[in-house]
Amino acid sequence: MGEFKVHRVRFFNYVPSGIRCVAYNNQSNRLAVSRTDGTVEIYNLSANYFQEKFFPGHESRATEALCWAKGQRLFSGGLNGEIIEYDLQALNIKYAMDAFGGPIWSMAVSPCGSQLLVGCEDGSVKLFQITPDKIQFERNFDRQKSRILSLSWHPSGTHIAAGSIDYISVFDVKSGSAVHKMLVDRQYMGVSKRKCIIWGVAFLSDGTVISVDSAGKVQFWDSATGTLVKNHLIANADVQSIAVSDQEDSFVVGTAEGTVFHFQLVSVTSNSSEKQWVRTKPFQHHTHDVRAVAHSPTALISGGTDTHLVIRPLMEKVEVKNYDAALRKITFPHRRLISCSKKRHLLLFQFAHHLELWRLGSTVATGKNGDTLPLSKDADHLLHLKTKGPENIICSCISPCGSWIAYSTTSRFFLYRLNYEHDNISLQRVSKMPAFLRSALQILFSEDSTKLFVASNQGSLHIIRLLEGSFKHLHTFQPQSGTVESMCLLAISPDGNWLAASGTSAGVHVYNIKHLKLHCTVPAYNFPVTALAIAPNTNNLVIAHSDQQVFEYSIPDKQYTEWSRTIQKQGFHYLWLQRDTPITHISFHPKRPMHILLHDAYMFCIIDKSLPLPNDKTLLYNPLPPTNESDVIRRRTAHAFKISKIYKPLLFMDLLDERTLVAVERPLDDIIAQLPPPIKKKKFGT
Amino acid sequence: MAALEEEFTLSTVPLGAGPNGLLGVEQSDKTDQFLVTHGGRTVILYKVSDQKPLGSWSVKQGQIITCPAVCNFQTGEFIVVHDNKVLRIWNTEDVNLDKVFKATLSAEIYRIHSIQGTEPLVLFKEGAVRGLEALLAEPQQKIETVLSDDEVIKWTKVFMVFRHPVLIFITEKHGNHFAYIQTFSSRTLSKYTLFHGQEEKSVIQNFTASVDRKFISLMSLSSDGCVYETSIPIHPRDPDENQRVVRSLLLKTVVAGNARSGVALTVLDQDHVAVLGPPLPASKECLSIWNTKFQTLQTSRELPQGTSGQLWYFGENLFMLHGKFLTVIPYKCEVSSLAGALGKLKHSQDPGTHTVPHFVNWETSRGYGFGSQNSEQSKRILRRRKIEVNVPPPAFEQLLSTIKKDSEKDIEVELCKFLAVKRTPDFHTIVGDIVLELLGRHTTEPSFYPRNSLMQLIQTHVLSYSLCPGLMEAALEKTDVQMLQLCLQQFPDIPESITCACLKLFLSISDDSLQETEINMESVSDCSDPVQEKMDEQTEILQNGFNADEQNCDSCDRKLNQKPQDAAEETTSCPVVPKRAALLNAILHSAYSEMFLLPHLKDIPAQHVTLFLQYLYFLYLKCSENATMTLPGLHPPTLNQICICSELNKIEVSFRELQKLNQEKNNRELYSIEVLELF
Repeated sequence: MGEFKVHRVRFFNYVPSGIRCVAYNNQSNRLAVSRTDGTVEIYNLSANYFQEKFFPGHESRATEALCWAKGQRLFSGGLNGEIIEYDLQALNIKYAMDAFGGPIWSMAVSPCGSQLLVGCEDGSVKLFQITPDKIQFERNFDRQKSRILSLSWHPSGTHIAAGSIDYISVFDVKSGSAVHKMLVDRQYMGVSKRKCIIWGVAFLSDGTVISVDSAGKVQFWDSATGTLVKNHLIANADVQSIAVSDQEDSFVVGTAEGTVFHFQLVSVTSNSSEKQWVRTKPFQHHTHDVRAVAHSPTALISGGTDTHLVIRPLMEKVEVKNYDAALRKITFPHRRLISCSKKRHLLLFQFAHHLELWRLGSTVATGKNGDTLPLSKDADHLLHLKTKGPENIICSCISPCGSWIAYSTTSRFFLYRLNYEHDNISLQRVSKMPAFLRSALQILFSEDSTKLFVASNQGSLHIIRLLEGSFKHLHTFQPQSGTVESMCLLAISPDGNWLAASGTSAGVHVYNIKHLKLHCTVPAYNFPVTALAIAPNTNNLVIAHSDQQVFEYSIPDKQYTEWSRTIQKQGFHYLWLQRDTPITHISFHPKRPMHILLHDAYMFCIIDKSLPLPNDKTLLYNPLPPTNESDVIRRRTAHAFKISKIYKPLLFMDLLDERTLVAVERPLDDIIAQLPPPIKKKKFGT
Repeated sequence: MAALEEEFTLSTVPLGAGPNGLLGVEQSDKTDQFLVTHGGRTVILYKVSDQKPLGSWSVKQGQIITCPAVCNFQTGEFIVVHDNKVLRIWNTEDVNLDKVFKATLSAEIYRIHSIQGTEPLVLFKEGAVRGLEALLAEPQQKIETVLSDDEVIKWTKVFMVFRHPVLIFITEKHGNHFAYIQTFSSRTLSKYTLFHGQEEKSVIQNFTASVDRKFISLMSLSSDGCVYETSIPIHPRDPDENQRVVRSLLLKTVVAGNARSGVALTVLDQDHVAVLGPPLPASKECLSIWNTKFQTLQTSRELPQGTSGQLWYFGENLFMLHGKFLTVIPYKCEVSSLAGALGKLKHSQDPGTHTVPHFVNWETSRGYGFGSQNSEQSKRILRRRKIEVNVPPPAFEQLLSTIKKDSEKDIEVELCKFLAVKRTPDFHTIVGDIVLELLGRHTTEPSFYPRNSLMQLIQTHVLSYSLCPGLMEAALEKTDVQMLQLCLQQFPDIPESITCACLKLFLSISDDSLQETEINMESVSDCSDPVQEKMDEQTEILQNGFNADEQNCDSCDRKLNQKPQDAAEETTSCPVVPKRAALLNAILHSAYSEMFLLPHLKDIPAQHVTLFLQYLYFLYLKCSENATMTLPGLHPPTLNQICICSELNKIEVSFRELQKLNQEKNNRELYSIEVLELF
């Protein structure tokens, strides 16, 4: 297959933000996740847990509460006191509205989905009516004396439970007055703590209120009498989150020790109807605080300070014990944070609030497989470009020639010109960007670095010609009439004639750049596109989907290629389909048109289309080099998928030239090392 | 609770009693299949759960089968004897017994024994024993005469003891009974006279036996209707001497005295025996299950059409004649559990489910915990006291004086003499005193370490840590791991500090010195097949990133996580040599309290802790992948024991992380250029 020199890069110092809230939507089977930097991500659990959308974070917008309302509308509340509704089509914030109660700590949508409750710092619980295009303040409930940290509706919508500090209040929704006030014991392991914070409440149909608090307790209350029914002490630290299943037969809590406990309603004896809540299973998938949990019909979902999103299926609820029954741990975003200038061997790293430009080193040595070569020149950190303002960077790109850098936040687009003089580098901002270039979801330079393509969040695509230090707007492709879906992925053919663009659900559109018109639309597929690229010479468009299918579509012929049909007919290897991270980048070998290079977080693969396809009996991945095998055996067992799993977690991989690869890894241990220390748990023998 | 299930008839052909009746029922090499030899000419292979015959073979007219057919577990072939001297060997494909392999021997055969783990053993009527292979190599070889004139074999059985067969047969001559024990590890034949005790008048009607480590416990059903027990040592103190063994009453009047026929006895497990016979003189014949520990009748089943006094027990099935038909009664004895007592244990009533019978292995009897052992022991002592009033006083004083001054050899001889004498009620304290005496001399005279004597004393099963404080300390000092293993297995009350000290020693002792020691390997037998595991490892493909390293910590979670990749990748091989594993298993079996154990665990160096954890983790994986939650080996630690230790997994992960960090610091840099070849 070939020998490559691989630039193995581990200096991309990326640390994902901790997870603050998760909200599961049963109708669409989607999961909204908010992070401590204000980013909100949408995962499609039906599409192989693909992170299909995201809303960039904002320094002042720490999200403390997240919930779905009727019609799959997503709301969040945060410490700046604003309620925000997100536009899931245009991928921007629809509106932000001040609740006038100080920081918002909690939020809950009524069971019918048309009313929104927020709990505020000043002790107020505010009821909003959700109107078709906005929300409208309705009234305040009886003011409490301290902040409202948790809220839960009774399924009938007549009462709510609100967790505060040291007590839980039960309100009558109609009158807005507190019916009961249930005091929570401050005692913690016999020692009286200063305060007992009710981190979460859940109101069940039978009137039971379950509370979790900072003293490590899970408590069951009778809301009719306001009395404590049962008490489980489950942790030596805070129990921070709770989520109940729709059937109310199981719930999950997360603790600051990183443990998730599953409680189930089980019969007291084998054939009696009397049931009780029993702590059934503990899970330890987190090292740090589990700040948020969710309960889907088939899985427990948890996230916290250690930045992992963990989806653990409930085996008894999973009907088919297939690959979906496996535990998922999602750590990295399902999009690229890295771009590369092949010509100058530069890497551009995107962080939340800055960009880093690095030049790769070089070597003159050669070696055999597995050797680490002595460096004649080490990698250089050339540039640290900090954004202005509180907004997170959405996307960034460096041109193939290395002379241009572009990036965008929610409200501003930045373009820089880079000049290289020997070892010096100078940076010049291109000013007076046009007003329409405000917010980009994706930026791409043409192969010859003369054109810039920008996908804006209104669904339009802008083409800009780059001149020495200035630019000229060439054209804008407006979205198809009637759709407002934003384009998240772009690909340009190396000859510069074709531009492919894809949203999250509709098909891939291919535009003719010469004639500036829509050339064709690749038929829509059930699963979202995770990566796309156009091959040199043939202009075949290669599309990877979240269900791990890969299609090859001939742009000139406007149809799928023969190879694509063959592999669809035969099917991919079952192990290929069982991979649990999406392909995030596709590229091609300049001299070998039959090769497609693609990677996910745990492997990279070169597909050699000239070789036979593997079937399920073939060994897909053989980590061992063939030792003293005859050529005959090697030829017999050779198949199209050449896989390497040496580099992981792999965030970026590309071909710099025919014989050189660059691989950017981000070892999990390095991330853990940068997290705050977890709560010290007394471990065995320490 | 022991229970008999619904009986069913196996053969539809009526059988006559007596010479034309049933000759024997034997296991075949397949579970659930049994060889039934009809007296006369026919051998039938039955599948019991289906109640149907799988094959039938007959000898020619004029020939007569004289000994039940057995299955050679090593080859899967069947062996039968006809006309006393002619061996026939065949397999299921053969149709005609006349055309199969034949060997005519020079002497008459009494029985062929075949059990798992060894070649079939042929017992001749004159008392000689041969392995089948040796016989077939030279069929006409001369067979010596062991028994005297008029001495005839009445009953015989074979056991596996420490992987070697031990054969016992009982002979009778002029109303006297003799027991012969043939061991094959040391090829000794020892003879014992069965001393009838006070019931001289009664005639022994039936025998059964079980093996209890160093002793064969021979039970006999006498014509007075009582069951007696006799302990016969497997390894005799003095093989040449004819020794007398006394029998003691075990169960009183289980069948009506002087029952003429249809009386039989068989051991079911360490606490239960099955008795066939009429409970009262006038009543019909019954199959009864008795608990010997509590001397209670557990259950019984009436056999109104009479039976033949033949009873076989294999796996979970009791075979007997009922009327003229071979009848199978499945027998179950569930271990009492709290869950059962609370009614939470599910009783599967589904008639379609068939439980795979497991063959009771006598060796397991020791693994049930020490508490019950002791109580059982004491009860028996009490019972014996009633019947043995005039036991000669032990040569205790003699022994003590020997210990004070004589050589180790002399002490061993004296000790043998002492132990040969029947036990007295205060036997355990006397044994404790002897050990203390020996240890006392050891402390004043460090070169004096009477290892053999100590081992022999420990194996009396009556010692505990508190009876002989200092014994384990001495063994620790001498790094006598074999004795420590024995102590850990026997003593119910070892302090945690000593357990920890043993663990420390077991972890730190070098493989070389382990090689030289003799360690009981029962708990690790067939623990892993290295070839198979290597295969597993190679075909293993880890497709996704997290699961391999990340999830090792979630011990409780693993069972639920159905991804086979994880477990299989970790199950590389046992991290310690089998001998060390056997020692560690002894630790895991010993009782401890976490509170007292923890302070001492700190003393163990980190690298040894890691090794121990690796071993625990290995066991844990072994358990988890095994659906029935049993490990290979005879009594390896249970899942529960490992689960307790799986708390330790957390620390293991910490260790691993530390190691990983160190490695990474050494060889991982932020940037490198490497060469990669894709194949």
